[in-house]
Amino acid sequence: MIKKFDKKDEESGKIAEFVLKQKVCFYLQARIFNETPINPRRCLHILTKIIYLLNQGEHFGTTEATEAFFAMTRLFQSNDQTLRRMCYLTIKEMANISEDVIIVTSSLTKDMTGKEDVYRGPAIRALCRITDTTMLQAIERYMKQAIVDKVPSVSSSALVSSLHMVKMSYDVVKRWVNEAQEAASSDNIMVQYHALGLLYHLRKNDRLAVTKMLNKFTKSGLKSPFAYCMLIRIASKLLDETEGGHDSPLFDFIESCLRNKNEMVVYEAASAIVHMPNCTARELAPAVSVLQLFCSSPKAALRYAAVRTLNKVAMKHPSAVTACNLDLENLITDSNRSIATLAITTLLKTGSESSVDRLMKQISSFVSEISDEFKVVVVQAISALCQKYPRKHSVMMNFLSNMLRDDGGFEYKRAIVDCIISIIEENPESKETGLAHLCEFIEDCEHTVLATKILHLLGKEGPRTPQPSKYIRFIFNRVVLESEAVRAAAVSALAKFGAQNDDLLPSVLVLLQRCMMDSDDEVRDRATFYMNVLQQKQKALNAAYIFNGLSVSIPGLEKSLHQYTLEPSEKPFDMKTVPLATAPITEQKTEIAPVATSKLPEKLAPSRQDIYQEQLAAIPEFQGLGPLFKSSEPVQLTEAETEYVVRCIKHTFAGHMVFQFDCTNTLNDQLLQKVPHFSYKTWSPRRPMRSYIWVIYASCLFAVSCTFSCTMKYLVRDCDPNTGEPDDDGYDDEYVLEDLEVTVADHIQKVLKPNFGAAWDEVGDEFEKEETFALASVRTLDEAVGNIISFLGMQPCERSDKVPENKNSHVLFLAGELMNISGIGAGKLALLKSQDRCSISSGYNHQDSSLHHMRIYQFNPIVLQSVAFGFLSERVNKIEICI
Amino acid sequence: MDSTSPEPSLYTVKAVFILDNDGNRLLSKYYDPELYPSMKEQKTFEKNVFNKTHKADNEIAFLEGMTIVYKSSIDLFFYVVGSAQENELMLMSVLNCLFDSLSHILRKNVERRCLLENMEGVFLVVDEIIDGGVILESDPQQVLQKVNYRLMSEPAYGFVLFDYITGNVEAQTDRSQLL
Repeated sequence: MIKKFDKKDEESGKIAEFVLKQKVCFYLQARIFNETPINPRRCLHILTKIIYLLNQGEHFGTTEATEAFFAMTRLFQSNDQTLRRMCYLTIKEMANISEDVIIVTSSLTKDMTGKEDVYRGPAIRALCRITDTTMLQAIERYMKQAIVDKVPSVSSSALVSSLHMVKMSYDVVKRWVNEAQEAASSDNIMVQYHALGLLYHLRKNDRLAVTKMLNKFTKSGLKSPFAYCMLIRIASKLLDETEGGHDSPLFDFIESCLRNKNEMVVYEAASAIVHMPNCTARELAPAVSVLQLFCSSPKAALRYAAVRTLNKVAMKHPSAVTACNLDLENLITDSNRSIATLAITTLLKTGSESSVDRLMKQISSFVSEISDEFKVVVVQAISALCQKYPRKHSVMMNFLSNMLRDDGGFEYKRAIVDCIISIIEENPESKETGLAHLCEFIEDCEHTVLATKILHLLGKEGPRTPQPSKYIRFIFNRVVLESEAVRAAAVSALAKFGAQNDDLLPSVLVLLQRCMMDSDDEVRDRATFYMNVLQQKQKALNAAYIFNGLSVSIPGLEKSLHQYTLEPSEKPFDMKTVPLATAPITEQKTEIAPVATSKLPEKLAPSRQDIYQEQLAAIPEFQGLGPLFKSSEPVQLTEAETEYVVRCIKHTFAGHMVFQFDCTNTLNDQLLQKVPHFSYKTWSPRRPMRSYIWVIYASCLFAVSCTFSCTMKYLVRDCDPNTGEPDDDGYDDEYVLEDLEVTVADHIQKVLKPNFGAAWDEVGDEFEKEETFALASVRTLDEAVGNIISFLGMQPCERSDKVPENKNSHVLFLAGELMNISGIGAGKLALLKSQDRCSISSGYNHQDSSLHHMRIYQFNPIVLQSVAFGFLSERVNKIEICI
Repeated sequence: MDSTSPEPSLYTVKAVFILDNDGNRLLSKYYDPELYPSMKEQKTFEKNVFNKTHKADNEIAFLEGMTIVYKSSIDLFFYVVGSAQENELMLMSVLNCLFDSLSHILRKNVERRCLLENMEGVFLVVDEIIDGGVILESDPQQVLQKVNYRLMSEPAYGFVLFDYITGNVEAQTDRSQLL
């Protein structure tokens, strides 16, 4: 009958019938379980079929599954070995979909303690799969016996099942530590490994116990290579946590594993050493040389493992890998493209500039064959290369534009776009080609995020190119063709062109007029807003509303608005109460290797300052201080290796300054009390304590540079280092800290002006002041620029903090907001290098519309003087000022 | 491949699967409940892995943030999946053990039809090598001893029925050609 059906099944009409029959047959067949005597052969096929169907994703209803499960229990009567084993598998597979699976507990317990060794291990594993915490206690006695059973498969099964149970019933499994300990000294290598794994899971929160266990096993020596790998991982984790030096016995153990006869162990040890933070080149050398040997292994997996690890080493210590260059060269043509890609990207990091062209040619021959993950590796290697050899940017740009045209996922495209943007920012001469490539890309780009990002960049950079008009077409095409978000971004970009290029303004206005007809609210609103701003033809308006958007912190704005809606008031919402955004920290891209693609959308992480704001707001005394203006970087007030480590963070508020002292007691045998402002709280060892002191400014002078001397006074109570019990008596003591300086930088918040020129013009010439300073101690332009930025604490704009090579003058653009006033202090500093001296001319400007703030403008000379005074007081020996 | 070193744990294997040469799943086990929880995600992952690996016999690949070691034989593909930080050689030892054990119970006929006819043996072998992601045994001799499985001598009628019932139409055409 079946064969007949086979012949006919090409007719599609039969397929529906066929699916219908499927379940009917299943019911009919489950009845075979009830036949007497049991036919093991036929029952076996049905069980196999059930497991197979489940594995294919076939859905079984609960009643259906339960029915089959109950029928299956009858099969325990048969003594066919394979059938019994398949019953165990069925139990495990159906544990979640059938009801009342616990009815098989007694059958399984019987098998687990029976005479047939073949049944015992699998029965334990099946039993633990259907057991819960209460039932586990009932079988606890059997489990303990099984763990120390002399049959390895029984012992291993019991240990692994216990490990699975730890998540659910930690307290019960914890009682089996002694048995696991005994199993660890078994002769069987797998039992050893499983026992070690279980012991570690039970003890991992107790560092002392883990250390003891590690000492014991590293001395006694294990036979299992798996167990060695586990020990290496435990040891490197312990080293990482203790931040101990690399002279500890743990490090010696890992290093000794490099000489193990099993490749798996050797590789694990090498990889552990490579992953250790702060590893010196000398410590890396033995690990690198075993990896070098692996590079010529016939096993692809080993070559892959070796080159992947070397790639990682090359990120931090390119020189350590140079010795392997020859071996890596041989891997360039490896048939496994992943290995070839990793070898090439490693060579790009370690090789010389001359080899770049050759390597790039090689990689472009097979870039289409490799997976996206590795394409991202290639792009990241190129990005790193461009920073190292800026002269190579034209080769790279070409290569990237070709990659951009190929197919690829979002992560890959994003990596390329980021890389091109960073090249544009680093090399002004590559700007036009880069923008052209990006324009071409957005013509056919399915990723909204990338399209909006590129449009934003075009709006920023395009108007300042020699031929801004050629970008307009690309941007307006987006308005016609794309989704709402892209259209809105395109409108903003258009407005920027209109604001900056007078000859383009009429055409831009026409285009914006058309956008006002858009079907989306956001696009229409933006078009209407920009249209009206542009029609005013006022530079100040353009600068404030088109080039330089909001500079407030977004979480801060959210909080302030929420607060405002909670307390209804007549007053309009004041933007100035919102804390400023701290300048975005440019992320250092450390992960050059492919990263696991995260499934969660990226969240906007609150900045450091938002966290402090939150912490301070929680303290009742500080509630009236208003928004936090600026928090400084932590200042160390002690040497790093002293008994008490104290660091201070300065929080500036309008009219107040709060010093936050974070103190850590590094002594284990002392308890400190009555540390000032801790109000009788005890200060236990190793736990940081926090104390706040606040200062009110004496007058409305806002930039105050001064020095505070700090002393810590406290009551010491010695305590037992082991138990932590303190003595009853204590004595007073004090500890002199280093002086704390309040500088100009504490009163200036960084503000990023994407278009500095516009911001500068917006303030106007009448507020400009020019002074000349001579910096006697600085020798290079780089040094001068760095010093000025850190002293003033302002934000460098337009990447002017990077001094081009071989130049003897440089213009630095800094922007910042001064505390207590709401205008913007935009400083423009010009630098000239003459012999060993750098002279500076500096200008300060303030402007605000209201009369009140005009008064502050009159304080302007004081601002400048206090800045100058700051220079004087801080570097009195180093700087002579000529005004 | 992030920079952290692997957390010490016995949970080494994230997934194991066997595909035929059209990329259809014959057996697959996922041991990490957070990795591809739904059947649809699992099958998409398998398709993706298959597309990237079936052309070249490369032994190892890195896809979707996962290290994958694989091996093919006639019309079958065997895959073992581990995290990015996992020791590749450990995964390799699992793959080799799986392949050698199956090769033994199938009397070196490691191909689709023979595998399907002895599916229960395959299930038992996988069960003895990995338990919930933990490597239970990596020595093929030990695995064979524990499974103690005898090859089916004649094609069983249950299995002719088998493909019919699973609704695997393609499989049926195969079979009618074979028989």
